[in-house]
Amino acid sequence: MSYKRIFSLFIVVLGLSLSANKAFAQEPVASPVSAEAAPTEKKGINITELVFGHVSDSHEWHWFSLKNADGTEHPYASPLPMIIYQPGIGFSFFSSNKFEEWHKDADGKRISNVYNGLYIEKNMKEKVLAVDGSKVYDLSVTKNVLSMLIGVFILLWAMTSAAKKYKTDKIAAPKGFQNAVEVLVIFIRDEVAKPNLGNKYLKFMPLLLTIFFFIWINNLLGLLPGGANFTGNIAVTACLALVAFIVMMANSNKHFWGHLLNPPNVPFLVKCLLVLIEVMSLCIKPVALMIRLFANMLAGHIVILSVICLIFIFALMNVYVGGGFVIVSLAFSIFMFMLELLVAVIQAFIFANLTAVFIGQAIEEAHHDAHGHEDEAIIL
Amino acid sequence: MDLLTPELGLFFWTLIAFLAVFFILRKFAWQPILSSLGDREKGIADSIATAERVKSEMSQLQSENEKLLVQAREERTLMLREAKEMKDRIIGEAKEQAKTEANKIIIDAQQQIIQQKNAALTEVKNEIGLLAVSVAEKIIRKQLSAAEGQETYMKMLAEDIKLN
Repeated sequence: MSYKRIFSLFIVVLGLSLSANKAFAQEPVASPVSAEAAPTEKKGINITELVFGHVSDSHEWHWFSLKNADGTEHPYASPLPMIIYQPGIGFSFFSSNKFEEWHKDADGKRISNVYNGLYIEKNMKEKVLAVDGSKVYDLSVTKNVLSMLIGVFILLWAMTSAAKKYKTDKIAAPKGFQNAVEVLVIFIRDEVAKPNLGNKYLKFMPLLLTIFFFIWINNLLGLLPGGANFTGNIAVTACLALVAFIVMMANSNKHFWGHLLNPPNVPFLVKCLLVLIEVMSLCIKPVALMIRLFANMLAGHIVILSVICLIFIFALMNVYVGGGFVIVSLAFSIFMFMLELLVAVIQAFIFANLTAVFIGQAIEEAHHDAHGHEDEAIIL
Repeated sequence: MDLLTPELGLFFWTLIAFLAVFFILRKFAWQPILSSLGDREKGIADSIATAERVKSEMSQLQSENEKLLVQAREERTLMLREAKEMKDRIIGEAKEQAKTEANKIIIDAQQQIIQQKNAALTEVKNEIGLLAVSVAEKIIRKQLSAAEGQETYMKMLAEDIKLN
């Protein structure tokens, strides 16, 4: 479903390009088939595989591939540690370069060699499977995990070093990087926390700040060339949304549940319906958080990659057309990069803001209950 | 659809990393930053309030000063006036006193003059009387040395006694 939408977005982007859009719009769909049908023919370029190879998680950090003299591709990639838990066998640790020989199976999936009774199946995603079909829990430090760890270290270093200055001199005016951090902290406090959480805002400030900076730094790292699409991964956004939801539930008060499960001044039948809708809306909140960040970041990455791939699509048709299209494609991808820089901070802000709104609804006291519904209308 | 199924490993690591970041930053970054931001804002608000208070106090002091100045000026003129009045009064009094003193002296002098004059006159009178008496004595002595003189005189005396 989402895959189709992403694809239609892709086609729209292609449609924006020059005259011969029809023929090329079909190409990404057609090319995997042709590549499969005639694997010896090296002319086709599998855009789907390329784009989704870039936006999805991987057990190695792929930098680039070079073609050997015999026409086979040689990938240059950094191997990453793999941590596999198999019930009955326990944990096993090894490097991802143990899986180095790939072939395609009948369904077009790429299958690696077998190591230690395990192999990787790569379709849209990489899956570690056991040869005997037993359950495998993959806790590997993948490209996304490593990217996140880099982001986490940058964040910890930057924030603790900025905070150190506050400990030495509490009243002094901020300087340098401290100033930049302070502006954002005050922004989150005054624009996100205070309006939504009222006088209890200080309790939730650390969470909102962590969410905002964690998402932002990882969004930015994802935009670097060769970077991982960390925040455009549903596991990540699901995790963040879950944390927000748990905090919301843990802090919800009697008034919130009373209003939700027993709406006042409503006839019985309507009440049943209303409670059903309210419970659904409660569950939709974290899902909305999850999907919004995921879809925005994923779409941004796909659009940038697609625009860059246009160069190669045109180059395959004709070298000069491809060369000429470099300018158009670069201009468009630079524009998209600028947009993504903006989206990176906007999505981080929106995630933090919506978390604050949801928590605010859960901790709201009895005096103004009309506002809750207005907010919901905006969010959904 | 593959993209929409979350991977366990990534979920697990994200959860751990996020919670670790949350707890570390809460302790070492957010709380110090937020608390000193609060302190600083409070400090600034306090300083402004203090400055405002000092300003109002200053203006109050200034108006008080002005009031004092006006008062002092008034007092000065009052004192000057009083001093002048006092001076005039003292001078007047002195003049008055001098005048009465002088008058008294003059009166005394006049009285004394009169007295002296009277005394001198009395003395002169006495002197004249004595002279007259001695002259008369001498005359009488001369007259009485003759017998008829004694007789005449005796007759005259006798007449005096008769008259009395």
